[in-house]
Amino acid sequence: MEILLAIIIGVLYAAGIYMILRRSLVKLIIGIILLGNGANLLIFLLGRITEGAPPIIPEDSEVFLEAYADPVPQALILTAIVISFGLQSFAIILVKRAHKVVKTDDLDEMNATDEDS
Amino acid sequence: MKTLILKTASNYLLPLLLVFSVFILLRGHYLPGGGFVGGLIAAIAFVLHAFANGLDNTKGLLRFHPGFLMPVGLGLAFVSGLAPVIGLDDPFMTGLWFPEPFPVIGNVGSALFFDIGVYLVVIGVTLTIIFTISESA
Amino acid sequence: MLAAILLGFLFAIFLVFAGKFFRGKLAVLSALVPGGLFAYFASFIPQISSGDIIHKTYQWVPAFGVDLSFKLDGLSLLFTLMITGIGFLVFAYTASYLKGHKYLDRFYGYLSLFMAAMLGLVLSDNLISLFVFWELTSISSFFLIGFNNTNPASRKSALTALGITGFGGFFLLAGALLLGSITGTYSISEMLSIKDTIAGSEYYILAVIFIFVAAFTKSAQFPFHFWLPGAMKAPTPVSTYLHSATMVKAGIYLLMRFTPVLGDSQFWNTTLIIVGGITMVYSAIHALFRTDLKGVLAYSTISALGILVFLIGLGTKSAFLAAAVFIIVHALYKATLFLVTGIIDHQTGTRDVTKLSGLRKIMMPVAIAGILAAISSAGIPPSVGFLGKELTYEASSHAETFTIIIVIAIVLTKILLLWAGFVAGIKPFVGKLPEAHKEVKAPDFLMWGPAIILAVLGIVFGIFPMLIESALVKPVVSSLGADASEYHLALWHGFNTVLLLSGITIAVGILLYFFLKPSVKLENRIGKLEFISPKSLTEKGTHYFSVFSAFWTNVFQNGYLRNYVTTIVLFLVVLVGYVMFGNPTVLIDYRQLSEVTAYELAVVIILIAGVFYTVFTKSRLAAVAAMGVVGLAICLIFVFYSAPDLAMTQFSIDTLTVILFVLVLYRLPKYLTLSDYKMRIRDGVLSVALGTVICLLALQVLAEPTNSEIGDFYAKNAYILAHGKNVVNVILVDFRGTDTLMEIAVLSISAIGVFGLLKLRLKSTDRSQ
Repeated sequence: MEILLAIIIGVLYAAGIYMILRRSLVKLIIGIILLGNGANLLIFLLGRITEGAPPIIPEDSEVFLEAYADPVPQALILTAIVISFGLQSFAIILVKRAHKVVKTDDLDEMNATDEDS
Repeated sequence: MKTLILKTASNYLLPLLLVFSVFILLRGHYLPGGGFVGGLIAAIAFVLHAFANGLDNTKGLLRFHPGFLMPVGLGLAFVSGLAPVIGLDDPFMTGLWFPEPFPVIGNVGSALFFDIGVYLVVIGVTLTIIFTISESA
Repeated sequence: MLAAILLGFLFAIFLVFAGKFFRGKLAVLSALVPGGLFAYFASFIPQISSGDIIHKTYQWVPAFGVDLSFKLDGLSLLFTLMITGIGFLVFAYTASYLKGHKYLDRFYGYLSLFMAAMLGLVLSDNLISLFVFWELTSISSFFLIGFNNTNPASRKSALTALGITGFGGFFLLAGALLLGSITGTYSISEMLSIKDTIAGSEYYILAVIFIFVAAFTKSAQFPFHFWLPGAMKAPTPVSTYLHSATMVKAGIYLLMRFTPVLGDSQFWNTTLIIVGGITMVYSAIHALFRTDLKGVLAYSTISALGILVFLIGLGTKSAFLAAAVFIIVHALYKATLFLVTGIIDHQTGTRDVTKLSGLRKIMMPVAIAGILAAISSAGIPPSVGFLGKELTYEASSHAETFTIIIVIAIVLTKILLLWAGFVAGIKPFVGKLPEAHKEVKAPDFLMWGPAIILAVLGIVFGIFPMLIESALVKPVVSSLGADASEYHLALWHGFNTVLLLSGITIAVGILLYFFLKPSVKLENRIGKLEFISPKSLTEKGTHYFSVFSAFWTNVFQNGYLRNYVTTIVLFLVVLVGYVMFGNPTVLIDYRQLSEVTAYELAVVIILIAGVFYTVFTKSRLAAVAAMGVVGLAICLIFVFYSAPDLAMTQFSIDTLTVILFVLVLYRLPKYLTLSDYKMRIRDGVLSVALGTVICLLALQVLAEPTNSEIGDFYAKNAYILAHGKNVVNVILVDFRGTDTLMEIAVLSISAIGVFGLLKLRLKSTDRSQ
């Protein structure tokens, strides 16, 4: 399964970067989301995957008795997922606003920072 | 989108989902759950209600702008971290606990209040974003 | 003592709010600030002269050894008295000099900012806080030089000065960090006690070079001297205060402060003698070719600073004594000459010395001040300048090597400086008053008062040297690590070589004054050599550097997001790929891998299909739906591999993301295919290459042994310390609670950002579109 996961991560990265390299604004956002998912999975995989042993201490004990999944990557990813929602919504609105102001959806036409261009 | 079934169902689902989200929030310290997930579920409950009954009805139900939950939640989380500094001169974010567990909820300590702060912020953020977008869409 | 330093900063802030009261008649009251500070520091004189050193430490960043620690010893005391004393006079002088100026309050704000920074600089015992104050003086000097900000020349000079002194500031920081890492402390007093460690360190030379560059840039030593003549674009009170009496002496202060720590080596002494020697002769000669009074004074100031560096380099007791006396001498006469020049400029509107003469008929008190200062500058008895010159000759004639060259250099410099002092202090006042200046009005007391006070002090200290001897001079020498108790300052030391040299200097100097008049012709002659001066070389270098930077920026910052991303990805692929190519075998231990069940395989296939559909579909809605599927598939992977919290969160977020997209989808631009076929192939190849590299990287990491120490700690202590059993949640709300607090803050900011973007009107862009 680890090999399959590594392939999935590769696919997500490739798809994400490919979408980011497109000139369409919406594709850019989708690319960012795919890339974020890939990164989350990468962290998850590198923390080593464990089947059927969530990092939750059994009810009648104070410490773990058996093997458990590493909680640190999980905590990292959990915050990353929530933050990515904030990022996505902001990016979507930014694109919407830019589209309205500049009246283009071609990123290549948004290559100047000055207002008058 | 405003079908009668969805409308009726969402009227009952909203309180149910809210209670569920609080349940998820409170049990987070012992079982899967916590402030983040709880907050998201509560937000989804409101969004569902807004889909069924229209945004204005949901807003009327809330009575205040969801954005106000953000400072409240942030403040609660911050104060729960600050309490040990003021009260006991311990470092910031030291966990404080009541010695005996409460019935139903279990152990109560500063971490729980911190989690409630997270819960409120997540609801506030999500609803602010979704409401703002659907208003101007 | 902290309050004394902060007072200047507070006054500067106060002026921001109450500035308008200080633009008018009340302006002179602001002199009370430096005046009060002068009285405060003067009250320490008895204590310091009896050999005490006062320490005060306020903790700032104790973890890095950075403190606000202050030390008041003889050296600091001399500088604080100069800063506050001359500050007092300059503040008062400014009230009249810039009377009615629109931004007078701002000017006072900068001056008082500078004063506070300079006080902090000379009192700091911690190298890091010294650096902070050092930079603050550079910045306030920048503001003051560019005070006439409508004049392009002023702005350019301000930038040059900031560039050079800021450049030196970097070296000071580097030197501070280097010394800190050698000694393990930033406290200068502590370094003093372990100076053998520093001297024995292999980085000794490097540390000395860093300190030198810092000191030479600040104190305008060759070849960094050229910013100082440019700085004369500042209003004259600034030139008086910063660019002759105090700030430019910060470099001298630094060298003196480090003399006991670093000063015990051949390298230290030789470099200082050479640099100081070149500077003093070079700029004294330059002074001959100026017709602008402030230009003459600027070059003679550089020359005087060169003499000080040179004296520190000689490193003998008598040299330190000479340096201490000369600092006082120079501060008194040079400040006077600047004030006098300012008055002349203010009243007549010109500083061209060829057009000025006979002004004594109009402004007698100013003429007296100028002539007294010129006498002190020339070292004619009974002025304190004579004392300084005698001591300087005494120290030079006892130099260990190259004594003849050194004596010739110093005598030549002194002769030329005498000429410069006479030109600035005497020439404008003697002779016939030209027609053009018949109508010139006399200056008011606030202007000539400060000048005459300083000038008279220069004579009083010469006649009664005991006034400064034990109070100021000797404590300085003992701060430098030498004992000067057996020396006595006196005008008359009997007939000896030194007196002979003095006589030669005065005679030749006065002869020179009568035969060589400053003229435009001379000024033009030196102008022809300008193209090889350090100034024009630096300017050319800066010019080419900015041309190159513009070219470089245009290549890389071309405004196309695609190109940025392509560059980054390309480098990533090539560099990571290169490292992995060196170790091509990815070892996979198949026994450790978990098995693939049928439903897992199904999820993987759905996921990959979803990704491909998202990328290649032509419909936005389909793409969003496919992305939702990808998210749910990832959610299932979390479920399979023991991450229930992640699964729940991913599920909720996935739902919300899809809702979000659906809400705005039809407001978003269409899903266009804008790139041509060739570009898509190119991007596709690049993306696949990145995907492969990441995939191989992941496998490579999996082959390495893992370290889950942190996770184990959290798991072990989750219940015992934090009373929780869901370790992920405990990490979030307890162990790493501060991170989570920051995270929800960031979330709130993004929500406010969304709200702001949609609800608030954009200003200009919205209306024009």
